[in-house]
Amino acid sequence: MIEISNVSKTYGAKPVVDGVTLNLPVGGLTSIVGPNGAGKSTLLSMIARLMPMSAGSVTVDGLDVTKTPGDVLARRLSILRQDNHVTARLTVRDLVSFGRYPHSRGRLTKEDLHHVDEAIAYLNLGELSGRFLDELSGGQRQRAFVAMVLCQNTDYVLFDEPLNNLDMKHAVSMMRLLARAASDLGKTVVLVIHDINFAAVYSDYIVAMQSGRIVCQGTPDEIIRADVLETIFGTPFEVHTIGSRRIATFY
Amino acid sequence: MRLLLFILAVLVPLAILSLFTGVSNVSPATLFAGDARAVMVLVESRVPRTIALILAGSGMAVAGTIMQMLARNRFVEPSTAGTVESAGLGILAVLLLAPGLPVFAKMLVAAVFALAGTLLFLAILRRIPLRSVLMVPLIGIMLGGVISAITTFFAYRYNMQQSLGAWMSGDFSAVLRGRYELLWFSFAMTVIAYIAADRFTVAGLGEDFATSLGLKYTSVMALGLGIVSMVTAAVVVSAGMVPFLGLIVPNVISMIMGDALRRTLPWIAASGAALVLVCDIAGRTINAPYEIPVGTVLGIIGSGFFLYLLLRRQSRAA
Repeated sequence: MIEISNVSKTYGAKPVVDGVTLNLPVGGLTSIVGPNGAGKSTLLSMIARLMPMSAGSVTVDGLDVTKTPGDVLARRLSILRQDNHVTARLTVRDLVSFGRYPHSRGRLTKEDLHHVDEAIAYLNLGELSGRFLDELSGGQRQRAFVAMVLCQNTDYVLFDEPLNNLDMKHAVSMMRLLARAASDLGKTVVLVIHDINFAAVYSDYIVAMQSGRIVCQGTPDEIIRADVLETIFGTPFEVHTIGSRRIATFY
Repeated sequence: MRLLLFILAVLVPLAILSLFTGVSNVSPATLFAGDARAVMVLVESRVPRTIALILAGSGMAVAGTIMQMLARNRFVEPSTAGTVESAGLGILAVLLLAPGLPVFAKMLVAAVFALAGTLLFLAILRRIPLRSVLMVPLIGIMLGGVISAITTFFAYRYNMQQSLGAWMSGDFSAVLRGRYELLWFSFAMTVIAYIAADRFTVAGLGEDFATSLGLKYTSVMALGLGIVSMVTAAVVVSAGMVPFLGLIVPNVISMIMGDALRRTLPWIAASGAALVLVCDIAGRTINAPYEIPVGTVLGIIGSGFFLYLLLRRQSRAA
């Protein structure tokens, strides 16, 4: 379980994340939603110890993320941030292999290679595996990064806007894949995501943030309601039931 | 395997050519004839010079690669980041304050200065909003200019410009037995760089990726900058500045093979050695019996290549 207690991040006097206390359940796919500037990405980065907290603490399976050795944590929790500019010229296969770094320190065993092949196949990157990252489209590169993170094979996987750069077809297959990683591989997947309907359809649990605080949390059925969404995003919503899915419109 | 082929087919012939290029008549014929003078020149001058070229070339190429990975910028190398100029200032400080120090201690002082200069460069980079990747080497070259102006000022005041000039322009003609062995130290650093190759590649993905993969980013940074400073100091103290080498070789190898350093570092080291050998042999033959210092030859080739890199980027961006 990821336990977040009283976590704050302030720049000067301005709080970006303001005393957040939250327990993220083990297993399933949890989406963090909210308007721009709600502090979602900042919170995610602090959970993954990429950013120091101003106050509070985060533990993953009881391990304090700021005190646990980096390599120990790297075998339990991985993160993919958005806007990854990698200047190093690596092939897709090289990049995915570095997902095994916490396990092998660069000297890949048979088991590592197996994970690499699996991740490449899982993201359908077989044909691109020998290509350099700078020769790929934004969407292909995003898939390569996701393959790398999955190859790290951690119980907890965090993604900041994983659908960035993806067209509809690839966005849907990416969400299905992440949901499958949660249901089939038993991983705890936590996303920061903008598209409320993607969150509604694929999440097991939704956490909504606004101005650095948690405003509400619950199952998609509890969150995807016109009045709740209106409070979160500050714009009118209509919620329709199509098949068994609740779809929000706000256009 | 292909690397071995490259070494046997390119590097070894170049090294042999280097042994037999120069003013004194040293050739297989004179050696077999038992010409004592030829043997002496070979052992005292040509062999040390050739080894020094190989060690310095591979060291500077590897140092350039590490800097490019750590700064995440293709245009950075010890001579475009203030590192070399800082090492020069260190040498001047030693010559002024403690001229009696053994050469190894001189090198350590130069290394400390080189490290401090590089850290200053990185600190400036953190403070300046970078709108373009080209800003990075520009800042480095300006910083280098400022540091070498300080060096020149004190050298001028204390009448030491001549002896300093000998350190600052890369010239292997004065390399003799007993006066290049520091470069083995640079070679040891190169080997350490190879052992830590994967760490540098991971660090090259950026701090977030590196941290997420469980790497202690700051300690890799420290290790890398330590290696770069030591190599630069060893090369500057034993032969003088070898500019642009750390720019040309890593970029060419990266274009061909990418940046997975465990695979590419041996190629970078071997190609760096080969390029310096070519430039030094050219410097010895173009204007024989006079010599053009290898630093000058590399300066010409390197600045041309630098322009090519810049123009290539622009045409890609457009």
